[in-house]
Amino acid sequence: MSETVIKCESVYKIFGENAKKMLEESNGNVDAKTFQEKGCIVGVNNASFEVAKGEMLVVMGLSGSGKSTLLRCISRLTDATGGKIFIEGQDLLELNNKELIELRRNKMGMVFQSFALLPHKTVVENIAFPLQIKGTNTEESISRAMEMVKLVGLDGRENYFPRELSGGQQQRVGIARSLAVEPDIWFLDEPFSALDPLIRKEMQDEFLRLQEKLQKTIMFITHDFDEALKLADRIAIMKDGIIEQLDTPANIVLNPATEYVRKFTEEVPREKVLIIEDVMDASSKDDLGDLKVSKDEIIENVAEKILTQEKLVGVVDSNNNIVGSIKPSKIIDTVFGGRKNGS
Amino acid sequence: MEYLKKYPKLFQWLFLLIVFFALCFAIDVPETYKFIRGQAEFVKDPNQSVYFFLGKEVRYYAFDVFWRLPPLLGWLPIWINDSLFFLMNEWMPMEFWNEDTQEFKTRPILLQISRNLTAFMTFLIELIREILLGGLETIVAFTSWDFIDAYPWLELPGLPWTIVAAGAAILSYKLSGKGLALFAGLTMIYISIFGQWKPSMQTLSFILVAAPLSFIFGLGLGIAAYKSKRVEKALYPILLVMQTMPQYAVLVPALVLFGVGDHAAVIITMVVAVPPMILLTILGLRAVPPEVIEAGRMSGCTNWQLMLKVLIPTARRDILIGVNQVIMVCFSMAVISAFIGAKGLGFNLLLALNQLNIGLALEAGLCISLIAILLDKMSLAWANKQTDYFGNLTFFQRNKNVIFFAASFVIGIILAYVGTFIFKGSFNYLFEIPHNKGISTADFWNKGVDWIFDTFFVYIKAFNTWLIQDVLQPMRALYLRMPAVATLVLAVGAGYLIGGIRSALVVAALTLFIALSPWWDRALVTLYMATFGVVISCLIGFTVGTLCFQNKKSAAFMLGVCDIFQTFPSFVYLIPVMMLFGITDTSVLIAVIVYATIPATRYTIEGLRSVPVGLHEAATMSGVNKFQRLTKIEFPLAFPHMMLGLNQTIVFALFMVIIGAFIGTEDLGQYILKALSDKNGAGIGLTLGICVAFIGLIFDNLIRTWVEKRKKHLGIN
Repeated sequence: MSETVIKCESVYKIFGENAKKMLEESNGNVDAKTFQEKGCIVGVNNASFEVAKGEMLVVMGLSGSGKSTLLRCISRLTDATGGKIFIEGQDLLELNNKELIELRRNKMGMVFQSFALLPHKTVVENIAFPLQIKGTNTEESISRAMEMVKLVGLDGRENYFPRELSGGQQQRVGIARSLAVEPDIWFLDEPFSALDPLIRKEMQDEFLRLQEKLQKTIMFITHDFDEALKLADRIAIMKDGIIEQLDTPANIVLNPATEYVRKFTEEVPREKVLIIEDVMDASSKDDLGDLKVSKDEIIENVAEKILTQEKLVGVVDSNNNIVGSIKPSKIIDTVFGGRKNGS
Repeated sequence: MEYLKKYPKLFQWLFLLIVFFALCFAIDVPETYKFIRGQAEFVKDPNQSVYFFLGKEVRYYAFDVFWRLPPLLGWLPIWINDSLFFLMNEWMPMEFWNEDTQEFKTRPILLQISRNLTAFMTFLIELIREILLGGLETIVAFTSWDFIDAYPWLELPGLPWTIVAAGAAILSYKLSGKGLALFAGLTMIYISIFGQWKPSMQTLSFILVAAPLSFIFGLGLGIAAYKSKRVEKALYPILLVMQTMPQYAVLVPALVLFGVGDHAAVIITMVVAVPPMILLTILGLRAVPPEVIEAGRMSGCTNWQLMLKVLIPTARRDILIGVNQVIMVCFSMAVISAFIGAKGLGFNLLLALNQLNIGLALEAGLCISLIAILLDKMSLAWANKQTDYFGNLTFFQRNKNVIFFAASFVIGIILAYVGTFIFKGSFNYLFEIPHNKGISTADFWNKGVDWIFDTFFVYIKAFNTWLIQDVLQPMRALYLRMPAVATLVLAVGAGYLIGGIRSALVVAALTLFIALSPWWDRALVTLYMATFGVVISCLIGFTVGTLCFQNKKSAAFMLGVCDIFQTFPSFVYLIPVMMLFGITDTSVLIAVIVYATIPATRYTIEGLRSVPVGLHEAATMSGVNKFQRLTKIEFPLAFPHMMLGLNQTIVFALFMVIIGAFIGTEDLGQYILKALSDKNGAGIGLTLGICVAFIGLIFDNLIRTWVEKRKKHLGIN
């Protein structure tokens, strides 16, 4: 794995008056219920993970699961009650106010669920805002903002006010604004949740296109499991402040760690999520038929071809070396059967 | 029994009313009772009782305690007075350097602070005034009288009115556009041609100092309160009282602290104008969505940037309403503070009213109103102004406003210079049209008033007599007939039924304060006048509002009318009613009704507007007709908001009743007016003001509590 950009070590966020004291007394053994009885609410409970450079970590959870709180701890919009957070090796919680502001001005960008645009500024002014805060002069910030306007496809609307735009357009402005300072780390807090399904899909595709180009390190919050599967390199599933499972989409679908995670995976169309590599048999490479498929193909795309074969189908990597095989019946198994016990 | 279970509240209210009336009938009017009572420290009469408290002697007429409580707080005004006197004249004497006599002088610290403050305010006002009108005080302030004697040409000449008019028009054009520019130009020309230039500019210079200072202080304190809970808690009670305190009442203490003149007027205007600004600033900042704040933080804002570039602009709507309020209060005070010697239109207005010269009063009032509307619109336009980043402008285009102003400046000076040749020996009309040399329509209006009086005298008189004899007098008698205990029971009971024990305690404390002050009877008279005004205002306001709401255009039109009417200084309302009804209670009441109808109408329309569209459609699909929709859907949902309107109506009505004392009513306002000319009036004025404020707060508390409960019940907000 390449270098680590975000690193969390047993991060806790507990709301309430004596949160800090209670956390120390609990010796890292935080039980939400006992805390609640004493008037504290546990937002994030012992979260540890790393995000590598250029990776997209999607944090998935229902409302109240602490996913947004976790994000706010990492952007330090709220201070974590316990644990350590490192951004590119820097201890985030040790930064003073000035350093934090510097970090946000140069390294971080964030997109919000309700867009959070400044109502009194036009599209281009909104996008130029972080630059102007940094002290970039008007001309330069406006011309940079105009580039961003083009990047998100809002040309011609730069002088509109947020209230004159549709939800999808407003979020494009939000995205453009968060990218204006060319941050390395990109936080997205349910950016598409407030949008209509069709617009949401369009924005997701657009987002993937942007990410392909920009290769940012991303933490993406969502409550939509399908969205998580579609976008993520890895998914963290949260419940009651605890990360239930953190893994690649395929592993989560194939091997849900807990009952809670399994419930999400039940309805997932696996042929659309899994690739051949996830279900192939790496041990048997003999007695193969004529058909060869790439290990990176999504099952749905090659299922029909494989199902017409009688013999084992060879699986090849990008260099055309055979890395394993797959039985046609395995496809049927994956798609229709064995859901109860994983694969 | 079943009804009792179904409507428990109804029966509790009935029970309360029964107790109230039982008390009223059970307690007889004492034979010695006369309306005029409780002057506490004014009258000495052998029949009075006396008690001593903290060394203060309080005299009063004793009655049965059920009928009227003894004025146990009668020492309060005397005590406030003495404390003020002590603070100003004896507390912490210190050595101060005196410029004039070139020696150290011993002065109490507060007096010194007050003198310095007033000197600073005077300087600011004079500076602006002399830029507009000319004079030498500003130069003198920097140098000395000897200096100006030696160099008399240094005296500021003042701007010709043509330049000010052109400047106002160009500024309006830059801020908003042609419409406002036209309005600004016409207003200035009107003011000049009608010979109101000097007083108008005096008023303007007063406003241009008072309004920005109030805005800055209000915004600053609002931000402080937003940032710190402790500051907010400390400010809140003061803000509440100041919201319902009649502007008259603060004049008297100001008189003691700061003396007579424009400077005192500015300070007192700030005292009145800052509280609403603070409240609206807090309200606006609180309403900024948390995500917008986070977005600001993530953009790397420092705390200052966050406040100036994110929070305040996002809260702009409410802050603008605050600015609007500040301007409104400033103009209102520009008139009222004429009582403590502020110069300008207000002084002319009061003088004209005193001389019953309605025509002159009308002209002065119109000037004030026009300037008020102009400044209001300009401040609004300024806040909404946009920057154009993409326009590829030439030098001329970018600076055309400056160039135009420079041009008109030169032309104005040339005109004024030419004027000295044209109007040789007389007044230079192209420089400044003197007060009594302009066109005046006063005669026309006065004749009109006379004509109306002559023609309709019989009818007006008949109406007047009927209203006073058959409506007002009996109503007043009824209010005065209430035994103090019965009133207390009613108020506290209502508090308990509406808001539980907490409300009951608050209302009890407020009512007791008034009951224990020496002015309970006067407070009842104030209350009766306010009640009468409020009832009629609400009837009119709710009806007009409902009717206007039926059509989108008429609703918008009505809101616009409300906006404009609200900008008029409260005193202006007295002019037309005095035209018609002369100096009677009827005049005051009609002014009260007109003034208080504004919030009633506005809140009705706003309330009805806030009913969700979905509900309209649901109602339509259930097959209701227009009337059913109004009564079954719209009124119940809009009612809480309309009640807030009622709250405002009460405050407005109380203000106007107090101002009405100027015409001569018998309520608390009359005493405030009296206190103005009394050298021991500060304590009395302040206590009276607090009494009026508390009347307002009792209703405020009850209505707000009810509205909050009701809103929760209906699931609004």
